[in-house]
Amino acid sequence: MNPVVDKVANWREEGKQAALATVVKVERSGPLGPGTSMAVSEGGEVVGSVSGGCVEPAVFEEAMQAIETGEPRLLTYGISDDEAFGVGLTCGGIIHIFVEKVEW
Amino acid sequence: MVMGILSRWHAALKEQSPVAMATVIEGPGLGGKMLVAPEDHEGSAGNQDLDKAVVEAARGLLEGGRTETRHFGPRGQRRMEDVAVFIQSFAPPPKMYVFGAIDFASAVARLGKFMGYRVIVCDARPVFATRERFPSADEVVVAWPDEFLKTAEVDRRSVICVLTHDPKFDVPVLKEALATEAGYIGAMGSRRTHDNRTARLKEEGVTDDDLSRISSPIGLDIGARTPEETAVAIAGEIIALRTGHSGGRLAGRSGAIHAPEPETVSSPDAK
Repeated sequence: MNPVVDKVANWREEGKQAALATVVKVERSGPLGPGTSMAVSEGGEVVGSVSGGCVEPAVFEEAMQAIETGEPRLLTYGISDDEAFGVGLTCGGIIHIFVEKVEW
Repeated sequence: MVMGILSRWHAALKEQSPVAMATVIEGPGLGGKMLVAPEDHEGSAGNQDLDKAVVEAARGLLEGGRTETRHFGPRGQRRMEDVAVFIQSFAPPPKMYVFGAIDFASAVARLGKFMGYRVIVCDARPVFATRERFPSADEVVVAWPDEFLKTAEVDRRSVICVLTHDPKFDVPVLKEALATEAGYIGAMGSRRTHDNRTARLKEEGVTDDDLSRISSPIGLDIGARTPEETAVAIAGEIIALRTGHSGGRLAGRSGAIHAPEPETVSSPDAK
């Protein structure tokens, strides 16, 4: 059983809004492969992860924003975006993460 | 359609029935979501033409349990890049068949389970093929290995470990294994057993090409001795063959650790 999907389904059944963040691409070296996901509820609960902990705080903020605006976004984190995002991966890889509000 | 896709996805994962989730991650229709099952689908990526292309791609990926981003034109055209669709497969666990209910099999079964396989242990001897001896296996079958394999479900993700090291069992089951599309076929035995087995298989008309599909003697060369260590050597070889890596030490080479599979390997049906 997938704990992330399990949790999101529970939240939605309880009437809570939620956002899902999924790793869709990994370039060079990355800790977790495509398909790895993390979800956030409107109350700020978190399940799952998308890296070794390097980008989770930033993704959390993006997810909360997605819940608010309903706008999906494709995010890129990595060594080359270090300064732009203030977030980097110590492993030197680049990961692409899709963040969406769960309304389907 | 409130909650439709999510609850179906949730249910499919619970029942371990195969399902793919497709998401438009770039281009027109950003955020579009589809659930694709072998028989039907739900949701939309934007329009009917695109949906049709996505469903076709998703079913192909689902068959191999693969996850990939595919590109299409706005109306599902191939060779166009406007729309990027992330397609994630949720397939039932791949199968590991272990033949020969010896102590090594018990360790291999445990490790197979640990790696996420559905493990089936088979031996013709009822005294050895028991639940008690293989608590971690999903199924323990008393049957002649070759006859059992004839009717078993084997696909490209399946792993077949022949640990009987008795030509009476080995040769027929390996011949049967070669008739499947199993991604990994390994056979245990000493160099002598291996030579003897190879000769017998050749006598039975098995070609050199087919023989090269069999990992024999089974496992990576890590000096494994105990059943547990041997299981690790076998597990390492299974992973290395699947990913196309050499199985050596990372410290002994440079380059990316998770070198991605070449595109030609990961998407053989990409046009």
